[in-house]
Amino acid sequence: MPDGLFIFFAALTLGAALLLVLSRNAVTSAMGMILALVGVAADFFLLDAYFLGVLQVLVYAGAVMVLFLFIIMLLDTEDPQGAYPWKTAALGLAVFFLLAASVVWLFHWSGAVSTVKAGATPPELSTNPAEFVTAAKAFGRLLYSKYLLPLEIAGFLLLVALVGVVSLSKDNPENQA
Amino acid sequence: MENTALAHHLLLAGLLFVLGLTGVLVRRNLLVVYMCLELMLAAATLALVAFSRFNRTMDGAVLVFFVITVAAAEVAVGLALIVALFRKRGTVQSDALTTLRD
Repeated sequence: MPDGLFIFFAALTLGAALLLVLSRNAVTSAMGMILALVGVAADFFLLDAYFLGVLQVLVYAGAVMVLFLFIIMLLDTEDPQGAYPWKTAALGLAVFFLLAASVVWLFHWSGAVSTVKAGATPPELSTNPAEFVTAAKAFGRLLYSKYLLPLEIAGFLLLVALVGVVSLSKDNPENQA
Repeated sequence: MENTALAHHLLLAGLLFVLGLTGVLVRRNLLVVYMCLELMLAAATLALVAFSRFNRTMDGAVLVFFVITVAAAEVAVGLALIVALFRKRGTVQSDALTTLRD
């Protein structure tokens, strides 16, 4: 039986994700998304990944979702009223229940992931920086040694995205329809 | 923390991913579809962190760091594309965007 905090945050995450998928109002969807991301961050904390939890809240629930809300309110999109198309709702329900049932079977009943023996409790933390450590220092050490090239590429990717966004959102008179 | 097994975290990650996938399939508002895509990414990072923690290696956690970086860049470009689309077409409903089909 998992402990109370995990159950609480798992329920919060799943409920918020349900709100995101089902809500008609895009702003309500965004609020559900923020809650779901905070729930994921809380789960990072429960897994001792404190740095990633803080990063998740800062980058995702902070910057990215503010951007989303800004665009939603800028575009002022209105979903067409009325019921979902019958086919779409049936397809969604079928996909959801089929995949959810297979996920529950795979991780809960099939025995592929052990819940009793090795995986019942997480192993003890160590101070070896190559192993799982909670401190941000371990991240820095790995990022600047083993993952130096991916780090450079990620930085370059951010630069490319920056230039791309500027050129995309520039008002180009001859391209206007 | 004492009693949460790896399987519980994987279960949560899997259900989150399925919810996001359902949203991508069902919703017609491009912005909401985009948020559902982000939810699927978050579910994948959750599974990565769980595996990383239970295997006592740092590599999965570092990979999550890169996933967050790429997702931030992707959101910036994707939202700019959606805004450009809205300026051209005046809608973000995927039902209304059938230029390539007609």
